[in-house]
Amino acid sequence: MTELVTLSIDGKQVTVPKGTLVVDAAKQAGIDIPVFCYHPKMEPAGMCRMCLVELGRPMIDRATGQPVLENGQPKIQWAPKLETACTNVVSDGMVVLTRSEKARAGQQEILEFLLTSHPLDCPVCDKGGECPLQNLTLDYGPGKSRFLYNEKHHAEKHVPLGELIWLDRERCIQCGRCVRFQRLVAGEPVLAFDERGRDTEIITNSEPAFDSIFSGNTTDICPVGALTTADFRFGARPWELKSAASLCAQCPVGCNITFNTRREAKSGGRVVIKRVMPRQNEEVNEIWICDKGRFAYHFTESEARLRQPLIRRNGQLQPASWEEALDLAAAKLKAAGKDALILAGGRLSNEDLFNLKKLADGLGAQSVLYTHVGGGDLVTQIGLASGTNLADLGKGDTILVAACDLYEEAPIWWLRVKQAADRGATLIVVNARATRLDKHAGYVVRYAPGDETVTLQGLLKQDKIGAAIREAGNLLVFYAADGLDLNGSTSVAAACANLLIETGHFGRPNNGLIGVWPHANDQGAWEIGFRPEADLAAALKGKTVYIAAADPAGDDPRLAKALQDAGTVIVQELFQTATASLAEVVLPAAAYTEREGTFTSGERRVQRYYPAVPRWAETKADYVITAEIGQRLGLDLEAGAPALVFNRLTAEITAFAGLSYRKLAEVRPQWPIVGRADLYYGGTTYENKQGLGVHLAAAASAGESPHLPEVRKGSGPRPQEDALLAVPVTKLYDLGVTVRSSVLLEARIGLPAITIHPLTAEKMGLKAGEKAMIGLGGHENEVLVKLDETIPAGVALVPRSMGLPVSAPAPLSVGKAK
Amino acid sequence: MSTFEPVLTRNTRRPDSEKIATYLANGGYQATRMALKMQPDEIIEMVKRSGLRGRGGAGFPAGVKWGFMPKDAPQKIVAVNTDEGEPGTFKDREIVERDPHSVIEGVIIAAYAVGANRAYVYIRGEFFLGVKRWIKAIADAYEHGFLGKDILGSGFNLDMSVHRGAGAYICGEETAMLESLEGKPGNPRLKPPYPAQTGLFGLPTLVHNIETLACIPHIIERGAEWFAGIGTAESKGPKIFSVSGHVNRPGNYELPLGVSLREIIYEHAGGIRNGRALKAVIPGGASTPMLPADQIDVPMAFETLKAIGSELGTGAVIVMDESTCMVQAARRLTKFFAHESCGQCTPCRLGSTRLYEILDRIERGQGKKGDLELLLETVQGIDGTTFCPMGAALVNPARSAIRHFRDEFESHLANKRCPVNGR
Repeated sequence: MTELVTLSIDGKQVTVPKGTLVVDAAKQAGIDIPVFCYHPKMEPAGMCRMCLVELGRPMIDRATGQPVLENGQPKIQWAPKLETACTNVVSDGMVVLTRSEKARAGQQEILEFLLTSHPLDCPVCDKGGECPLQNLTLDYGPGKSRFLYNEKHHAEKHVPLGELIWLDRERCIQCGRCVRFQRLVAGEPVLAFDERGRDTEIITNSEPAFDSIFSGNTTDICPVGALTTADFRFGARPWELKSAASLCAQCPVGCNITFNTRREAKSGGRVVIKRVMPRQNEEVNEIWICDKGRFAYHFTESEARLRQPLIRRNGQLQPASWEEALDLAAAKLKAAGKDALILAGGRLSNEDLFNLKKLADGLGAQSVLYTHVGGGDLVTQIGLASGTNLADLGKGDTILVAACDLYEEAPIWWLRVKQAADRGATLIVVNARATRLDKHAGYVVRYAPGDETVTLQGLLKQDKIGAAIREAGNLLVFYAADGLDLNGSTSVAAACANLLIETGHFGRPNNGLIGVWPHANDQGAWEIGFRPEADLAAALKGKTVYIAAADPAGDDPRLAKALQDAGTVIVQELFQTATASLAEVVLPAAAYTEREGTFTSGERRVQRYYPAVPRWAETKADYVITAEIGQRLGLDLEAGAPALVFNRLTAEITAFAGLSYRKLAEVRPQWPIVGRADLYYGGTTYENKQGLGVHLAAAASAGESPHLPEVRKGSGPRPQEDALLAVPVTKLYDLGVTVRSSVLLEARIGLPAITIHPLTAEKMGLKAGEKAMIGLGGHENEVLVKLDETIPAGVALVPRSMGLPVSAPAPLSVGKAK
Repeated sequence: MSTFEPVLTRNTRRPDSEKIATYLANGGYQATRMALKMQPDEIIEMVKRSGLRGRGGAGFPAGVKWGFMPKDAPQKIVAVNTDEGEPGTFKDREIVERDPHSVIEGVIIAAYAVGANRAYVYIRGEFFLGVKRWIKAIADAYEHGFLGKDILGSGFNLDMSVHRGAGAYICGEETAMLESLEGKPGNPRLKPPYPAQTGLFGLPTLVHNIETLACIPHIIERGAEWFAGIGTAESKGPKIFSVSGHVNRPGNYELPLGVSLREIIYEHAGGIRNGRALKAVIPGGASTPMLPADQIDVPMAFETLKAIGSELGTGAVIVMDESTCMVQAARRLTKFFAHESCGQCTPCRLGSTRLYEILDRIERGQGKKGDLELLLETVQGIDGTTFCPMGAALVNPARSAIRHFRDEFESHLANKRCPVNGR
């Protein structure tokens, strides 16, 4: 039971948990204490001095230990000077005055000092309109300054801190929120203060500059217009923007976001997305998002988007009407019947996938999920359930991360796992190579490529690690396919599931298995009944293939070959991908920003997203396209509102039972309070008014006992003595169709590169940064060479979705570039 | 002239005074031998009884500080402050250059009393000779078995090393010094927690100025009562006064606390140079409020100076004669503080610059009506709102100069020129 403390703030009695800071206690009571440096997600620094208040405590008689009374009331011992509300912890009987004459005078002084050094270029400042300094000056400022304009401080106004974030040194008030965010929250201390006194300034001390994947968050918590994103700066005024609640579709975390949109002349009168802002969901992303989520949205409005249906005529894809295209697609599928195959990507919504599944079932066809991570059926059984929040994990709990580079694959999970470790949770990282999670781990287990499964199976036999797993209060296991293909990943998933089942860590909150999927809704696809195909090339043979939101031909030349050898190919896509180029019918899909829908996150939380911008050209939502094909086949598929599709889904798929769009839109009060008029407190993160989402019920939570999955016997592919083994790894910024349209990210995406051990490089006469030719799967590609001494010798890390044909561990030859 | 047998500077005039042989030949390290045979609590009690207060500026009772150190912590540290950045102060420099072993003895005894096995010396980077002397003295002390393992067979271990500062005034503030020792920018820390709970590298840390530590061996050898017999009611013991400015014999003078400012200036420092008249005195270093000539009968003690609105500070007496423009003095002192602000908190970072700008334009004859009031309001806005005590310090030159020499400021404003030097 939390001990409570009662104090008085501006005459109001406030009861809060012991240990609460005065500034937070006031916020909870609806009283504003202005702050600049304090942020509710970080330890107080006491630097800006904006939160000065009068503070008194009951006088205690030293002899008796009792409060001294005066006229029957406790006598208050006032602090001799004004105190900062952000550094003082509440105590019983404390009296705080936030608007007394003395407190107001102190607050005014601080604002006046700040304004004497501030450029007051609000009319051209991106922050104008949502600026804490501007707002607090109106509320607490002195009205006019007594200092001389010509003594104003001048400094550099356009300083690129990296290619994503710009600094205006004149506007900076040295609150240090950005420096502290990078150090305390992101764990990437790449910003610092330089110089001292009036010359104090923010610098980046990393190479490349501002080397962090969370950098955009500093612009949300910057209380002035000092930090702006390269994407949004000078883009629009905040008051011109409309907002639409959405989800980030870049990874399985399911970060809640808000799209800010504007209709503008320079975009031809269209309504366009101007920026992505985090939207609070304390159980998912808190108030943060990663830079990929913030900056990779440009694909939705790329000029390269498909505009209208295409049909192959005389060997050429040519524009067609929807009627023609849908008729043709339906006819081809009908003709194929059970010889059709539906291949779907995890970018699709639950509704899209449900309609696709119904279509496949109607045809008697196979429905295949296009992914390289397996084991989603196990996650369905022993995945996370209602009541789970990574923020609850700490001392006594254990988190295992296996065959996964969480930093590159799911940044916000990386952040939250790191924070759980900071709170005392035992973190075990099991991988063939070093990742950025290692330095936060209690135990790092390395295995030779091929030994991933046996290593996981052996964990319980190790003294300390075994105990940390067995005796964990809560146990979470993240897994993916780092260095593996679908088969390897499926095997890892099974081994991880066994650890959870054997030690009884499933079927209750904060316990279970989490697949770190390549896409936002892979888990939804598994729940709805899609399964990946171990040998996809073989499965495609002779089939009429309906592919939605996947580019197998672009990823793997062998799959391209298989598609060429297949029967009819129908592709439903955003872009003219390599796969679409092989198609007989191309159906242009609306981006998820242009419609409603739901995603199921890797934590099995179903969340809603809402339309942000109008549909592009003649595109249609995926579920509508599928339904219209289905209707032509005499199937009863819902083409109306997504909510109607969802209703059918909940009626059929047990895990979704009881859910509705309305339920997904429910919210609860969250702490800290953000996104209201008090931007000074939490920053410009949006308040969540549109739904926190609901966890699917895990089969195990419903009392079903999970079966121990069979684990692959023997080892996976190993490096051979005479050849390098190429192993696929995931890069955060890659050339995926939803990333490459964001030109801002070009430097971060970089050129295709392989990473090898320095000794391997030496043997081959290669140096870091040089170009080399690699031979992989019968194809030659030019790549850059990177060195990393933490990876096993004999292995080359080859990034996925960078134009290199690496869908599975395979032999690789390396030679000098021509 | 009162006669006073020097205690802290008793060795400093001897040839080769810094050498361990000289120190040993004059009774050095006897106090260490005595202390290591005592119970730690006994020593703490003794220091409490002596009434010794910190010589670094704040005057906190040393024994009480020792008592704050947790008994049960497995690792504790003594941090030795030789940063001496306060303008006007040069006593620590003399101690470390001429009698470093007296401080080492103080450190050994303090560390033994509070149970610390590691001592870090922080020294102002510009004290080139001081650094050399510190390093040599520590090496010699190790060689003679006064530092290291099992000191003098007592079973007590103490390691000590020297760390140079990089030229920031604020690193004299104890928590900024700890940050700097940890290799970080010298910014003061939030208090609480105080260094005695969470100090250097998160360990309980006793921080002392070296003049304070140099008193310790004498207290052990001659007794707490002897020490408490020197000085005034609340200010005990000997004190080195650094006298600078417009006097005939500037220098360090060791005298009992409670000696009058007049005696220091006129008897020890030889009076005002060139036969001029005294105008003002800063009694305790640049951060302490200045006093006008008619207040120099004040005894130099913590309580007596406080009573007349100033502070003993480091006991650095800066003397200004009648040729001094007080606006210029206030401007120059404020410039120092604006330059030395760490920049962490708003009122110090920006307020100090604002103060300086106003003083500067008054001095240049460009002051405006209302500038004096603005100065005082700005002082008000800084004092008591800053992160660390530097805010209270940086306003003292301007505030005290206006308090005692208001007419000079008004004359600058009214006539656009200096009434003292005519410029």
